[in-house]
Amino acid sequence: MNDMTNKWIGQRTIRPDGADKVTGRAQYSADFAMPGMIHAKMLRSPHAHARIRGIDTSKAEALPGVKAVVTAKDVVDFPLDKSVMLGIQDMRWMCRNVMAREKALFHGHPVAAVAAINEEVAAAACALIEVDYEVLPHVIEIEDAIKPDAPILHEWNTFEGKPSNIAGTMVLKTGDVEKGFAEADVVIERTFTSRPVHQGYIEPHACTVSYAADGRVTIWSSSQGQFMVRAMTSLLTGVPQSNIRAIPAEIGGGFGAKTIVYLEPIAVLLSKKSGRPVKMVMTREEVQRATGPAPGSLSTVKIGAKKDGSIVAAQGTFYLQAGGLPGSPLRGPVGCSFAAYAIPNVLSVGYDVVSNRSKVAAYRAPGAPLGAFATECVLDEIAEKLGLDPLEMRLKNSAKAGDKAIYGPVFGEVTFKETVESILHHPHYKAPLDKNPAPGVKRGRGVASGFWYNAGGESSVQVNITEDGNVVVTTGHPDVGGSRASIANVVAELLGIDHSRVSVLIGDTMTIGFSNLTGGSRVTFASAMVATASTEKVIGQLKERAGKIWGIDAEAIKWEDGMALPAGDNAGKFPPLSLKELAAKANEMGGPIGTQVQLNTTGADPGFATHCVDVEVDVDLGIVRVLRYTAAQDVGRALHPGYVEGQIQGGVVQGIGWALSEEYLYDKNGRVDNASFLDYRMPVCSDVPMIDPVVIEIPNPKHPQGVRGVGEAPIVPPLAAIANAVHDALGKRFYALPMSPPRVSERLEQP
Amino acid sequence: MSKIHVSTSVNGEPVEFLCDASASMLDALRGPLGLTGTKEGCGTGDCGACSITVDGRLVCACLMLAVESEGHEIATIEGMAQGETLHPLQRKFLEMAALQCGICTPGVLISARALLEKNPDPTEEEVRFGLAGNLCRCTGYDKIVRAVLETAAEMRETVR
Ligand code: FES
Repeated sequence: MNDMTNKWIGQRTIRPDGADKVTGRAQYSADFAMPGMIHAKMLRSPHAHARIRGIDTSKAEALPGVKAVVTAKDVVDFPLDKSVMLGIQDMRWMCRNVMAREKALFHGHPVAAVAAINEEVAAAACALIEVDYEVLPHVIEIEDAIKPDAPILHEWNTFEGKPSNIAGTMVLKTGDVEKGFAEADVVIERTFTSRPVHQGYIEPHACTVSYAADGRVTIWSSSQGQFMVRAMTSLLTGVPQSNIRAIPAEIGGGFGAKTIVYLEPIAVLLSKKSGRPVKMVMTREEVQRATGPAPGSLSTVKIGAKKDGSIVAAQGTFYLQAGGLPGSPLRGPVGCSFAAYAIPNVLSVGYDVVSNRSKVAAYRAPGAPLGAFATECVLDEIAEKLGLDPLEMRLKNSAKAGDKAIYGPVFGEVTFKETVESILHHPHYKAPLDKNPAPGVKRGRGVASGFWYNAGGESSVQVNITEDGNVVVTTGHPDVGGSRASIANVVAELLGIDHSRVSVLIGDTMTIGFSNLTGGSRVTFASAMVATASTEKVIGQLKERAGKIWGIDAEAIKWEDGMALPAGDNAGKFPPLSLKELAAKANEMGGPIGTQVQLNTTGADPGFATHCVDVEVDVDLGIVRVLRYTAAQDVGRALHPGYVEGQIQGGVVQGIGWALSEEYLYDKNGRVDNASFLDYRMPVCSDVPMIDPVVIEIPNPKHPQGVRGVGEAPIVPPLAAIANAVHDALGKRFYALPMSPPRVSERLEQP
Repeated sequence: MSKIHVSTSVNGEPVEFLCDASASMLDALRGPLGLTGTKEGCGTGDCGACSITVDGRLVCACLMLAVESEGHEIATIEGMAQGETLHPLQRKFLEMAALQCGICTPGVLISARALLEKNPDPTEEEVRFGLAGNLCRCTGYDKIVRAVLETAAEMRETVR
């Protein structure tokens, strides 16, 4: 399994979809067109908070060239008093997010949509729609939203008996924290804030939809799950799932935010009304205003430790910004913050706070980076106070196999220590750092760790042998970053054939069985598992066919290097039969060769990461630059090391943006002030150094190749690692993100 | 409003198209010319996904009016490979996993080619600043920068 004799697993093969992607041929969501297609635009609320008293669309409908207008009354309603869940999404909020119902809850909230002969006419018609708004006081920040006299977004929602913007809570508890803190030699409690950040995928949301005369619907769109698109569209339009063919386009980044729909159901309704295929493409401004982001946070973490560094108690209180509708990822900070550590007394509480911002969507390890920011910074402070090396302190407190995780299960393997040790012994951590390289320039080093659950879940695959003896694999998961390459490596390895003979494609909802979202760091884990099972079945079929040809039992045949061979001397002497030869004889020997496997996969062990970063601060300008970054993670097994490293490097740089430059800015009317890539500052190439990934491979015993999830853990440590490094440089702790130049300057002026 | 007739050259071939006066070069490429390899990430010149060259100069197609292409030479991602032979940058990007989702890739490749034409022996810093107009959210840029540096080295070797 995990040995050096592998020919393809662990190789940096060329991805099956590669040539299309470097030549501009790959079709992303906005690249589709249909004959007779018309174009749609969304009318969005100009107000942060307003009751919708009425909508008059008559003038828009009368405009020449307009083919259909849709408002909330066309969308299936999910009444407020009854929750209808699809995975983790509550359809009450989804139906109100795709189209405002009683109220517009944020600036940019859709209130109507128009389809017309072109985008210009559709936009002109949107301007003719008369919405009768009763503008209400708005609230943006968590601190304001939880005040007793705050404007209430949802009057029906109560907390502790009163109308409230706290829409949900989550509590995890073990031991008795009061008792624990009483036993501690040192206790540190700090409060941290962070701002919402956008996932920042370069491809805006887009779809092309056809509602045919017989009620059958075809959807081309990019998402992290075509089956999610089908299910949500069905629920929001009333079209049965069996009538919806959701075809996954290539996806230009999602990072969690494309696990829900924004456009598809609306485009279906417009197509139905107009009788024409409808294309809908968001502008970047719409993406920034109305999709994503990850929540902002207000967290208080208190940790108590003994003199020797052993942690005796930890308490976390995490307020997350849900946006206009409930549903922030509480399980991220509440469950992950303390999970890597064996702590006898823990109380971890989360609050889901609504305010007049766009509804949050998942973003890479949803919520976990916010918890780690607080926890890992407090740990750093404790280590400093006790005079301990921060990594040694983490080693001392690492959770072990058999410990009960705070979020429920008993840990199997825990490979946290290995990530800490690999940084502890890394040349980066040992390298001397000149802390005062020049006047006005300070340097510092910081470390932090992170935890993410990882996931398994439903996955379907087909492995078919072509008549000329090659292989086509169909999976149900959109490929966000090279998963096709990993699957091809596994199938080529098992079949013992050249990698180039395996094609991997993503099926649509009518051609492949149900497969859950590409998210949760689960796709390589789950799809390699089903691809293995399916390929093993195919090998069984191939042996049977060889057995028929030779007149011996399939049991007496082995499969090696792409050929069937007699298993031993007793089986008889026959010349080997290759995959090509067996494929050529398939039909006379029993029919086509191929299998399908559908599983609810289990056994995804959690992911651990430990990072080390050097920063340089320009004291006069307040600019923090990352000089060197090393990120260690246990990935179980890297099926394709290039794309595993890429996940780590990409996650880290997103974390750097989160820590240093990215944030939503609002004006006094509650409108997003920086809805563009110019003003919403994501890291560019010249902002960052090389990111050194330390890929640790301790095989997951519950996976045929040993895979663990990879994609999410890398974004968990950077916020704290960078804050700790800035502290090392300046001697001042930062409790608020981003550490952007104005804030750094401001902090430097404080005592 | 009547459309304007434009004659230009795209990837070495003469083309003609009709467009509105307000249409961007990106609209023309992705619309009437059917060249959807050039991507729209922002429409405001901030992401570089629509990078093309005009008479060899690097331009964001979203910031250029389609009518401005009259009489000029436009080059897009669709013209980067010669038939079945990928440009060395394209090949190196695949070998070194320098793309994940791939939406930024056409623009990054066009920018990288323009950079290497001007500077065949760039330092890491020069590559980073040369590509600073191309946002990539997936890769963290590490493998992109390495692939450009390696391609440059390889191309210098071939020229020698
Ligand atoms: S590879 Fe996805 S944005 Fe660059």
